[in-house]
Amino acid sequence: MIPAEFDYYAPTSVQEAIGLLQEKGPEAKLLAGGHSLVPLMKLRLAAPSVLIDLNRIAELRGIRSSDGGVAIGAMTTHSEVESSPELADRWPIFHVAGAMIGDPMVRHRGTIGGSLAHADPAGDWPAVALALDARMHIAGPNGERVVPAGEFFVDMLTSALEPDEVLTEIEIPALEGRVGMAYEKFRHPASGYAVVGVAAVVVTDGSGSCQDCRVAITGAGPKATRATGVEEALKGRPLDEQSISAAAERAGEGMAFLGDIYASEEYREHLTKVYTKRALLAAARSAQG
Amino acid sequence: MAKQEIRVTVNGREHRSEVEPRLLLVHYLRDVLGLTGTHIGCDTSQCGACTIIMDGQSVKSCTVFAVQADGSQITTIEGLAKDGQLHPLQEGFWEEHGLQCGFCTPGMIMSAYDLLQRNPDPTEAEIREALEGNLCRCTGYQNIVKAIQYAASRVREHEPVAAS
Ligand SMILES: Cc1cc2nc3c(=O)[nH]c(=O)nc-3n(C[C@H](O)[C@H](O)[C@H](O)COP(=O)(O)OP(=O)(O)OC[C@H]3O[C@@H](n4cnc5c(N)ncnc54)[C@H](O)[C@@H]3O)c2cc1C
Ligand code: FES
Ligand code: FES
Repeated sequence: MIPAEFDYYAPTSVQEAIGLLQEKGPEAKLLAGGHSLVPLMKLRLAAPSVLIDLNRIAELRGIRSSDGGVAIGAMTTHSEVESSPELADRWPIFHVAGAMIGDPMVRHRGTIGGSLAHADPAGDWPAVALALDARMHIAGPNGERVVPAGEFFVDMLTSALEPDEVLTEIEIPALEGRVGMAYEKFRHPASGYAVVGVAAVVVTDGSGSCQDCRVAITGAGPKATRATGVEEALKGRPLDEQSISAAAERAGEGMAFLGDIYASEEYREHLTKVYTKRALLAAARSAQG
Repeated sequence: MAKQEIRVTVNGREHRSEVEPRLLLVHYLRDVLGLTGTHIGCDTSQCGACTIIMDGQSVKSCTVFAVQADGSQITTIEGLAKDGQLHPLQEGFWEEHGLQCGFCTPGMIMSAYDLLQRNPDPTEAEIREALEGNLCRCTGYQNIVKAIQYAASRVREHEPVAAS
């Protein structure tokens, strides 16, 4: 479990990190919390010849309000996100989903930006980012660009980031109206990762019908995905058990499912429907409560 | 690859060392500093046997490079006993038979230490959640939970958790 050799740099600004990425080329990798990358390096499934550690870049850490919403620095740890009072108040899903990631030690080191950039098919934050319509702020040699969560997850372990770019901030836009949100996860009993995880956000009016909703699924397929069929089926309908059950039946439409020794494709497909229903019911309760 | 100088304070003592960047913190503690109380139980960052306290938080020292610990404060299992007196957590594992082979014990104790720092009066469920990242192949966890409950009550009675 000794990783291959590498050169180590610990820049103190994003600009410096981008400069290093350009100078060192595609063999260089960014190191965030290390809780996906270091295990891969120990098994020599990854052997970058240069590591650029983002942990000493203060500007990448912390949570601040932004334009009515909130912006979370990429290097903010899972446990900082999970325990943030600013987030808990308006976006309780961060506490709920954060507390379900791995274990306390993983949450102390692992970061939200690292998790999104890694685009693990069973990661929890990708589903949350999709359901909240997060905007990914990305810095590169040509300045900054913003990619909506819906375009960020490209494929298994592949995000829209270019090799010389740094994810700097995750911006969560404000939500208008009566909002409810929930994250429901079937945890892999050994690894803790999502066998299936569903994040749901619903917006309701005074009459209790669904004005808007977003549902995102992780764990089930090669990448986290919005369940647009479910969303269409629920919009304009009452947020009651009957409409939610009917809408949840459409979860998994058009999705590719992954099967492994622990959960077959069919089982994941079934769980996707069950957890979509649970997440929507919980979100509806919190919007109405 | 070029070695780099690091300065870390481990159990209250400052150390300066030249390390290869790929040296994992757990190997630094065990092989360079000779602090073999911190164990290595897996290759996959899952077992928690290597848990230490780094800058106030529990971390898996097999998943951090020693270079990353430059400038930090570390407490390992060796740093808990004071003047020949066992720490209440160590005493709890002794009194409640919280171990069999003992391989997981240092990691269990450091995770429990992290918990009691934040929550001196945990429920049984909170103790079990705090141990999510620590695997034990022997005990079935029951006596580990009891050992931590024992320590929590000792700490609440008279002793602060922090070792230093
Ligand atoms: C035992 C265990 C259990 C786990 N359980 C779960 C779980 O239940 N749910 C879950 O979601 N995750 C889980 N994880 C993974 C954990 O959440 C990781 O922390 C996360 O996937 C990666 O974040 P990191 O900060 O550790 O990134 P790193 O491992 O440092 O980096 C991951 C990848 O992203 C790139 N990267 C990192 N930051 C940036 C950035 N700012 N810009 C561009 N690229 C970047 C790196 O170059 C690397 O390729 C678990 C991990 C372990 C070891
Ligand atoms: S040795 Fe198993 S988690 Fe570190
Ligand atoms: S006592 Fe043997 S592994 Fe826990």
